[in-house]
Amino acid sequence: MENLYSLTAHELIASKKSKIEIAASVQGRIEAVESRVKAFVRVNKASSGGTQGILAGIPVLVKDNICVSGEETTCSSRILEGFKPPYDATVVKKLKAAGANLIGKSNMDEFAFGSSCETSCYGPTRNPWDLDRIPGGSSGGSAAAVAADETIMAIGSDTGGSIRQPAALCGVVGMKPTYGRVSRYGLIAFASSLDQIGPITKDVEDAALLLGVIAGYDEMDSTSVDTPVPDYKRSLVNDVKGLRVGVPKEYFIKGIDKDVEGSVRKAINTFKELGADIKDITLPHTEYAVATYYIVAPAEASSNLARFDGVQYGLRDNSAKDIIDMYIKSRSKGFGNESKRRILLGTYCLSTGYYDAYYLKAQKVRTKIREDFDNAFKGCDVIITPTSPTPAFKIGERMNDPLSMYLSDIFTIPANLAGLPAISVPCGLTAGGLPIGLQIMAKPFDEDTMLRAAYTFEQSTEHHKLKPVL
Amino acid sequence: MKSIDKKTVERVAHLSRLELDEKELELYCAQLALILSYIDKLNEIDTSKTQPTSHALSTLKNVFRTDILKASISSDEALLNAPAKDGDLFKVPPIIGGK
Repeated sequence: MENLYSLTAHELIASKKSKIEIAASVQGRIEAVESRVKAFVRVNKASSGGTQGILAGIPVLVKDNICVSGEETTCSSRILEGFKPPYDATVVKKLKAAGANLIGKSNMDEFAFGSSCETSCYGPTRNPWDLDRIPGGSSGGSAAAVAADETIMAIGSDTGGSIRQPAALCGVVGMKPTYGRVSRYGLIAFASSLDQIGPITKDVEDAALLLGVIAGYDEMDSTSVDTPVPDYKRSLVNDVKGLRVGVPKEYFIKGIDKDVEGSVRKAINTFKELGADIKDITLPHTEYAVATYYIVAPAEASSNLARFDGVQYGLRDNSAKDIIDMYIKSRSKGFGNESKRRILLGTYCLSTGYYDAYYLKAQKVRTKIREDFDNAFKGCDVIITPTSPTPAFKIGERMNDPLSMYLSDIFTIPANLAGLPAISVPCGLTAGGLPIGLQIMAKPFDEDTMLRAAYTFEQSTEHHKLKPVL
Repeated sequence: MKSIDKKTVERVAHLSRLELDEKELELYCAQLALILSYIDKLNEIDTSKTQPTSHALSTLKNVFRTDILKASISSDEALLNAPAKDGDLFKVPPIIGGK
């Protein structure tokens, strides 16, 4: 018999297995592989979830920057060690109402600042396909746990690719919904104009299922959008005939791994064979997306992280003699290197004399990037690209070179800047056996068409069925 | 290549309420210079006639609601994570006249 932990949520729901059997199977798997993968920062051993609701008894792992009432929530940062939120994030409330078994919190780059999970104060998570490599980031723990069958589903957050890039590098499905589709109440903010919560799952059907649970307007998040949540199950249509698929030439650049390019080209050909109408398109400002992002995101982060001052929660340095000294000592002790780097960069870009040259300039280029997509979507329904220019890199490889780390997100950042929904689905392995992700982007609030394209591709291929040997 | 001097980084660190040792200062000077040089590529684009984006979706409007009194978390809950407290209050070091 197949192990329950290796199944998807929709397979488990159809199997009618009890929540106790499911929980036991997944706990057994965690015990067997977690010491090597290190995807969790905390495991809830005793939980089994509810008996009612569409995710009754289904294990879901939540990223450690999302508040669960009474459970330590740290953003993998020393500054929040011991912090127990007095309330549930809206997505957590919705998961609990759906009966999900919240099996723990997943490791991440500190405050989601990173593309490799290496900036976590708990140390790196490892890629289940090659334990010497990074799982991607910042939702690396969530993606690695899904790939390693340590959970059935997971929740991540995506500010510049933090769901899609680790999903691609770990060979699973990861979706960033449209900005405003999912409430961010209780998500510890990184960059408020970019952050979005989304699912990381074993297949597209599960992504649709989980999105349906967490999506929707929330009066506690003024950026959440009050449009009805469609039944995403209806998006799971195995047909792309006549679908107009845009392929932007700017996403096939020098420096892209040749196996990545090969697999993505093959995937585009699959769409063609399935009857989609492939169109060459152009997104001319793509090369400016990373530079734009590394002004906007750190600027907003420096402002959001001002709240960590040792007064109301988190780490406080008790040697300080006055309050300013306490702020300075607590923050300097509590934040890791990458957080400090981004706070400094963001504060610099927002400071008097530099605001116009950096932040305002970036906000204007952001308009150009959005306009590129507006123009492109006049002639196509979805846009297909690689998710990441390279497969998973070695642990330590880019840690001393922040710029090369930032460039890992070159293909995922534009969707955040433009607020678009985007999904990464597995599309093959490199010659060295590392997963490759295909990114599908759609118009705002058109998760429906995006899921249809992703589902059809998945139904026609076997890539999502491949699993790492652990 | 852009350069950013130590004095500027020290000033920004103070604004950020961070203190850096000599080693960190040197590292961040070098790394920020590199990042800012890369960011400079934005000046290749003419944005003189472009409006800035402050929200990704231009269709959204301001959200207003009636100000209705509702239950919130209690003082006790709000103080659960306090590093130091005094009765119903967060306790902090002196704001005036410390040192």
